[in-house]
Amino acid sequence: MNQARAFHHRIDKALHDDQLRRNFRSALSGIQAKREIQFPDDTQLQALREQARAVRASALIHQPELLERLEANLTANGIQVHWAEDPEQANAIIYGILEAAKARSVVKGKSMVSEETGLNQYLEERDIEVIESDLGEFIIQLAHEPPSHIVAPAIHKNRREVAELFHRFYPDIPYTEDIDQLTQSARLILREKFAGADAGISGVNFAVAETGTLCLVENEGNGRLSTTAPRLHIAITGVEKVVEKLSDVPPLLEILTKSATGQPITTYFNMISKPRQPGELDGPEAVHLVLLDNGRSRIRIDAELLDTLRCIRCGTCINYCPVYVQLGGHAYGTVYPGPIGIALEPQRLGLDQVGTLTSACTMCGACAEVCPVKIPLPTLINRLRAEAVNLQRTSTPLAGRGSLRKPGEASIWKIWQRLYSSPGLYRLFSFAATRMRWLTPVSLGGWTRYRSAPRPAARTLHELARQEGFRHE
Amino acid sequence: MSDARANILTRLRANRPQTVPTPPVYAKPLGWDRARRIDEFSTRMQAVRGEVHRVGDGDWVGWINRELLARGLRRALLGHGAIADAFAAGAADGFEITRYDRPIEDWKNALFHDVDFAITGARAALAESGSLVLWPSAQEPRLMSLVPPLHVALLDADQLFENFAELIDKQGWSGGMPTNALLISGPSKTADIEQTLAYGIHGPKELITLILG
Repeated sequence: MNQARAFHHRIDKALHDDQLRRNFRSALSGIQAKREIQFPDDTQLQALREQARAVRASALIHQPELLERLEANLTANGIQVHWAEDPEQANAIIYGILEAAKARSVVKGKSMVSEETGLNQYLEERDIEVIESDLGEFIIQLAHEPPSHIVAPAIHKNRREVAELFHRFYPDIPYTEDIDQLTQSARLILREKFAGADAGISGVNFAVAETGTLCLVENEGNGRLSTTAPRLHIAITGVEKVVEKLSDVPPLLEILTKSATGQPITTYFNMISKPRQPGELDGPEAVHLVLLDNGRSRIRIDAELLDTLRCIRCGTCINYCPVYVQLGGHAYGTVYPGPIGIALEPQRLGLDQVGTLTSACTMCGACAEVCPVKIPLPTLINRLRAEAVNLQRTSTPLAGRGSLRKPGEASIWKIWQRLYSSPGLYRLFSFAATRMRWLTPVSLGGWTRYRSAPRPAARTLHELARQEGFRHE
Repeated sequence: MSDARANILTRLRANRPQTVPTPPVYAKPLGWDRARRIDEFSTRMQAVRGEVHRVGDGDWVGWINRELLARGLRRALLGHGAIADAFAAGAADGFEITRYDRPIEDWKNALFHDVDFAITGARAALAESGSLVLWPSAQEPRLMSLVPPLHVALLDADQLFENFAELIDKQGWSGGMPTNALLISGPSKTADIEQTLAYGIHGPKELITLILG
């Protein structure tokens, strides 16, 4: 039960950090309001969601063929494709490419997949300088923290905390808490990095099989700089990011930016299909794509859990989660927090490793209501809760199935199942429970730490109904 | 790592979901005429702090002469082709013109530090999202619309499409993509500190669209 204890410790820490909770509350209510302005017409929103769902679902069905087609078209375009089963392979491939190109410094655009592989640390241990260039990622890299949100990584920090960080690392820049000035400072610091870096590393939002195109969505321009200014570009993404056609992209792009940040579109939509061609004067001379599996192909085997892979990483489920808003992202202790993290991480890492995450859900359903690709997140989380205590053999290849089963809890449910399926036993039990209700324990462990113990009523519902004259209740 | 490739593809093929949903066709024709498209594009672009001006076909050089010198912007970056040649021919005396005529490696520092603005064309624009569409090329390289603090883009008013879906359909993008294609909707911005919008983080701080015709 170490994972549960560790999780509860992180939760406790988050709940007692008032500043952190204020930062999250204010940021998330702002994002929700902006998103809702983008969808004034619910009928249109539902049509767009249905379409985005269908595009992603169809891509998952044809995934092996689409990946081969993507590879063939990228290769024909001059982009080199690499396949990695796990983080170690992905990191080794990227390090190998950098080594071969004698690249010692890297600027990075935002990539959650590279967080999965721990790429920064891997490269830094091998004496390669890695600079995160997205402003939010840059801030948390200075603070030596992981992202607390998949779209807004530094959402947990307020301007004062950012100002102090900048002042600590760049004492020559005058101290300021003005957001515009902080932004300008970051511009000046990072420009030198873009101009000098040997290589750029980025993620990918959509990989289009039909044309061999890597699409990147961003506002800042750091993604474009990372993929254009250095002589070498390496993109890394999960194998599920492939879509079939270019015409699949507009609906996904629209619903992604509107859902994620409440913008009709981001500043830049960057489509990369080739390295620098003869005669062209800039852009990387070599472009590589690393396709990472890291558990994704296993998730696919279960028809219900497959829905997890439709995710386009917009973070909307996170923004609307009543648990996330209280805890923040770090409490989850995984790369992906919030509802999508609860659904994805136990499948990726094993229920025995992070299965207790599934308890951080109230089943309120807000996430499923806003998800742009209609992932039934509460259903998936409920399923994982059940799998975590399920010992029956199935074909579902979920690591750590049954690992959270507690004998005491299991026998209570066994007894309940017996009572509830036998009318005679149930009548006897409910009669005894109501007549001996004074025996109900006052203390019920965790439940009664913040609540009073439930106490049965003096008469059962059946009895009350009969009293009222109902005969066939 | 060919083993990895084979292993991943084998696992992906091992279980194929049965139901095959057909994605509905994305068609949202808005029926906007030319004037409406110009109007919608301008509104959207201005909402994200992009400047939009309508100028006569022959007058855009004059506009830049009048406006940018008055703002103290002198160091212009030009590519090659009709736009660059027209500006080079008609530029007022105060401008210092640099041509993007060497590989970036030969002058990266100068590009990052010694240019005030770049002028490029736009292949098209999207009314619904307020986006410029660029296909950078050997004549107008990729970094022109990215590194200088101000980007001036010339847009032919007849090249305004309703939205991205219409554009890639009508221009047949699926038939072949360039090295790099871009949608640009405003100057560079971020909201990474307290979700507060701040402009000019890494790309251009300002974006001016001159609509011709």
